[in-house]
Amino acid sequence: MRRRSLISGAAVLPVFAIVGRHSGLGADPIKIGLIEDISGDLAMMGLPKLHGSELAVEEINNKGGIMGRQILLTHLDPQGDNARYQEFARRLLQRDKVDVLIGGITSASREAIRPIVDRQNELYFYTNQYEGGVCDANMISVGAVPEQQLSTLIPWMVEKFGKRVYTIAADYNFGHLSAEWGRTILKPLNGEIVGEEFIPLGVSQFAQTIQNVQNAKPDWLYMLNVGAAQDSFFEQASAAGLNLPMGSPIKIMLGFEHKRFAAPTLNNMHAAANWFEELDTPAATDFKKRWHTKFPKEPYINDMGYNAYVALYMYKMLVEAAKSTKKDDIRKVIDQGGACIDAPEGQICIDPKSQHTSHHMRLISVDAQNQVHVDKDFGVIQPYWLGQIGCDLTKHNDKEQYSPDHLPKPS
Amino acid sequence: MFADLFAYFYQFADVFAFLVLSAAGLAVIFGMMGIINMAHGEFIMCGAYVTTFAYHDGLPLPLAQGCGAIAAGAIGVALEATLIRPLYSRPLDSLLVTWGLGLIATQGTLIVLGSSVAGIGTPSGGFRVGGYGFSTYRMILFAASVCVLAFIYLLFMRTRFGVHARATMQNAGMAQALGVRRNRIYALTFGVGAALAGLCGALYAPTMTLIPTMGSTFIVEAFVTVVVGGASVLLGTAPAAVALALIRTGLNGVYGQVFGQIGLLLAVVLIIRVLPQGFSGWLAKRAS
Repeated sequence: MRRRSLISGAAVLPVFAIVGRHSGLGADPIKIGLIEDISGDLAMMGLPKLHGSELAVEEINNKGGIMGRQILLTHLDPQGDNARYQEFARRLLQRDKVDVLIGGITSASREAIRPIVDRQNELYFYTNQYEGGVCDANMISVGAVPEQQLSTLIPWMVEKFGKRVYTIAADYNFGHLSAEWGRTILKPLNGEIVGEEFIPLGVSQFAQTIQNVQNAKPDWLYMLNVGAAQDSFFEQASAAGLNLPMGSPIKIMLGFEHKRFAAPTLNNMHAAANWFEELDTPAATDFKKRWHTKFPKEPYINDMGYNAYVALYMYKMLVEAAKSTKKDDIRKVIDQGGACIDAPEGQICIDPKSQHTSHHMRLISVDAQNQVHVDKDFGVIQPYWLGQIGCDLTKHNDKEQYSPDHLPKPS
Repeated sequence: MFADLFAYFYQFADVFAFLVLSAAGLAVIFGMMGIINMAHGEFIMCGAYVTTFAYHDGLPLPLAQGCGAIAAGAIGVALEATLIRPLYSRPLDSLLVTWGLGLIATQGTLIVLGSSVAGIGTPSGGFRVGGYGFSTYRMILFAASVCVLAFIYLLFMRTRFGVHARATMQNAGMAQALGVRRNRIYALTFGVGAALAGLCGALYAPTMTLIPTMGSTFIVEAFVTVVVGGASVLLGTAPAAVALALIRTGLNGVYGQVFGQIGLLLAVVLIIRVLPQGFSGWLAKRAS
């Protein structure tokens, strides 16, 4: 009796040792904090972002998680209120102690939480296209930036339609900075901004703007209007018979206007996109199938949702390469270069100097039936501008946002 | 020359129509009943959504818009009978209740119908005057706003219901003693206000993006016009809309939309400083 119990007792000891070691590795989930609007004015763009994140988390967790650890996604909905963005950023970073923060739609919300992320010295993925220029070691930008979207789109529009451009922009930091970029890119092309209008967010009546455009007689419109109210411009312009070509870094693939408005309202709208749902490469088709299986009622997989999905795979790649979730270890991986993943658009890499992402850009156009087709393939474009003007996150952390009119001081 | 004059008139008419149509429902409910309806934007959204669904189901647009207005009115009558009536003597509580209703309506629509709905194209095409292209539908909206003002006048001044309603608002107890059915008057008046809000949404639905929070684009203009107009919907709304439209059109034309918005709000501050009872108080004082 005693010998048997001694033997069985001794037999379980190595079992405990093995089990103990494995549970130590697999126990702790990796906490990811997600701040995305799924109500309020931007709900239609934020909901695909949440879905993209959820899809990526489900896929990664089903394949064993990151380094054997499951991902725990905590999502908070700031309802389009920048003050709530700040409150939730603080809550996720300080109280919930997430390993990484992802989120933000408008540039205003990003700039509202970036100081908080810097103070907490945590890692933050901003997954939207934007006006570029943020040189901050705590931020990784997943979306496309002007040298990828505007330096491709604007010369193409000038060559195809003409040099006279009328800008209609939303009146906040994104609108002003993107308009600045427009002016900067048009200058060497001998382009001319014949009119520039900044519209407060929430304004939905554009009769005066349409009349101003008709007065100025531009060749094409540079559209930087943001939000559902300002999107009413397209319907009203079409009804007034404006019929001008339009170019935008934020229409079609972000807000899927071509699906929401009746044809031919979006006719002759052009954009430069790294992702749009109509992309039909094999990787894209497979990605779309998986998305529609999980979210069959999704009206459109927009570029924001795609970026949100891709951001999680980027994070997985970085953590596995660094073998750690600490920001400094992850940054060492980025600094070495070669931090790349295979995304549905193709291979994309994080640039060490700016921590922005390279993208495969295509020029897309909407026709009179509101159908999208590709007019030009620009190939892979690096986010070169910040490195060019002197931002080098491998050497110094500027924590600033630059623009063509606001360059770093020469040191 | 004529083209420019017409262009000014068109811009004025556009802003005037927006102000009148946004404010009419709110003005009726506030002017006749003293209730501040914080769910006004949601009645507008209701009218827009019902119109869109009716149109996509095959109804011709004017009929669909009628459905939108009637649906909003019916919901208004139902809400008044259940939630608002107990709160007539408690204006702050009615504010809270209508605000809560607005939140429920917005979030409920978001949950049930999703974040956006496919829109209707703007009908009726366009016309050209001089070098400008104009949308015929915007002129239809202007005509509709004038009709709404005429309708309110006729309803409250020339019908028996109107006499009863005005009597109830002046002195409910005396009116009841004379045989007026007070509760029915209240319900119907609220319903008329809700239906006018629904009509605003129905009329603007073909020109705008349809999202659950679309009422918020009308709210500022609606409240501002009602405040400047004062308590009497008959005396106040039209002159207020004319004055504010002139200011906004002028500033929009010369300085752009930002200054148009700022100017509108500054004008409101100045007007109610000078005329605390709004235009209707000033006109009533002049008449007596």
